[in-house]
Amino acid sequence: MAAGAEDAGRPTWAARRRLSAAFWRRPWLRAAALLTPPVGAYVLIYLGALGALFIAAFWALDPLSGELVHTWGFGNFRTLWQEHTYWRIAGRTIGLAAAVTVTDVLIAFPFAYYMARVASPRLRTVLFVLVLLPLWSSYLARIYAWRLILSKDGALNWSLGGLGLPEQHLAYTNWAMWIVFAYIWLPFMILPVYAALERIPDSYIEASRDLGAKNWTTMRRIVLPLALPGVVAGTIFTFSLTLGDYITPILVGNTQFIGNVVYRNVLGLTYNLPFAAAYATIPLAVMAIYLVAARRAGAFEAL
Amino acid sequence: MQGRAGRAGLAVWALLVVLFLWVPLAIILVYAFNTSNIQSWPIPGFTLKWFRVAWEDEEARTALLLSLKAAFAATAVALVLGTMVAVAVSRFRFFGRETLSFLLVLPIALPGVITGIALSSFYTFWGVPFSLWTIVIGHSTFCVVIVYNNVLARLRRTSPSLVEASMDLGADGWQTFRFITFPVLSTALISGALLAFALSFDEVIVTLFTAGAQNTLPIWILGKIRLGQQLPEVNAVVFVVIVLTVIPVVVSQRLTQDSGLLRRR
Repeated sequence: MAAGAEDAGRPTWAARRRLSAAFWRRPWLRAAALLTPPVGAYVLIYLGALGALFIAAFWALDPLSGELVHTWGFGNFRTLWQEHTYWRIAGRTIGLAAAVTVTDVLIAFPFAYYMARVASPRLRTVLFVLVLLPLWSSYLARIYAWRLILSKDGALNWSLGGLGLPEQHLAYTNWAMWIVFAYIWLPFMILPVYAALERIPDSYIEASRDLGAKNWTTMRRIVLPLALPGVVAGTIFTFSLTLGDYITPILVGNTQFIGNVVYRNVLGLTYNLPFAAAYATIPLAVMAIYLVAARRAGAFEAL
Repeated sequence: MQGRAGRAGLAVWALLVVLFLWVPLAIILVYAFNTSNIQSWPIPGFTLKWFRVAWEDEEARTALLLSLKAAFAATAVALVLGTMVAVAVSRFRFFGRETLSFLLVLPIALPGVITGIALSSFYTFWGVPFSLWTIVIGHSTFCVVIVYNNVLARLRRTSPSLVEASMDLGADGWQTFRFITFPVLSTALISGALLAFALSFDEVIVTLFTAGAQNTLPIWILGKIRLGQQLPEVNAVVFVVIVLTVIPVVVSQRLTQDSGLLRRR
């Protein structure tokens, strides 16, 4: 195409020139040309799919034939409301997502602080890469690694044995899920917190100290408020990723998550797409509230 | 700013976190060379035979091929669409610009299972049969954001006067894109593409909902782990997957380090 552009004949050259000038004079035309394909695809497919999810939640399965019936009704939501099992599963999922989020904030904040404000620039780059690589390296592999580590003959019990400590049976428990979730999402927390901490100008901290604030006061009144958008951005990831995960419960847990119920009803033995869709509106609603609140906290600048 | 004890404490914490992040990865990499069929620690000896076994497994190879095809296609779609939005968002002010950048983040900010079942409902709704393309569409939803973020970050750091200068010197729109905008963006594009590729190649939560009966490599791995079958072979495949996802990230990281030439300040 580029070669064609250089040795094109005069008439096409003039036409292209005119077209180009027309675009340059009308910025809205350029904007529209750039935006129509991606936004069109996004609205048609992604928002369309979310719309389909909502519509499917009001459908039903014919009790006799087990086939999808496109009739509207609140039957799925009524089942959800009345079955305590589904409440328990939702509660467990949201509770663990919250626990994992808090854990990751506590682990990530001192680490990010060290990276951004104590480590030398060289060490900072090294640490950055050391956090980035696990984030991108295979998600399944990292869960699988913990399945092997926590198993009865795994590395954990081997180390405990070496230290003369009693064997632990963590495999396939909620504790295992907590550890594994905290592990796989940790980099998603570290990076935005680091970015927020790194942006705080040194002069702010010097000013705070000049005004007589102790280290802890400076931390609480200057550093924490300025780092908050980064922390909130990190919690969006850890919370949302835990909420929507069903692989970790399958591989290292022994209890059900919201995602497992959805998965089982769409791809498992008990096909009931409408019910799965209705159940999926719970994490969707939780995240919608969370995202609106996060946006207020300015977390989207930090994403 | 802390005293000595504070700094030392933070340094120890940083070391512990790095160990926490890397020891499990190191362990899983070592398991790939296990001579035994039994997955216990420590492994009794080292062998390379599982890599050969994995390579000769027809099913695994088919799954790898599908994963590569899906990742290439999703990356291509994400490159085109993500760049278009990023250029529009950085160069124009228009109604709904803030909302647009919010909406684009949704596929990665919403739980994966929602994107999965939403697309599954969508395909059922329109009667779309599962194919390579249903997987590609699913992956594109979140790969677009990755490219968009990379390109937008680069555009924000480069001055729009470069484009104006090119036009003043008589270049038309295409020439300006070809000789100015594209070279400025090129490393950001490569970096975004590599990250999108790594993300797509590894994705399993959404893919299970959009693949039907097809096996991508992560789906194949998941199936084997769940059933506890052919685990030594899985370990070798997992080793390859980790390496395949880490290389693009390292390269991408190097590419986005600024040359300093095109900075705005």
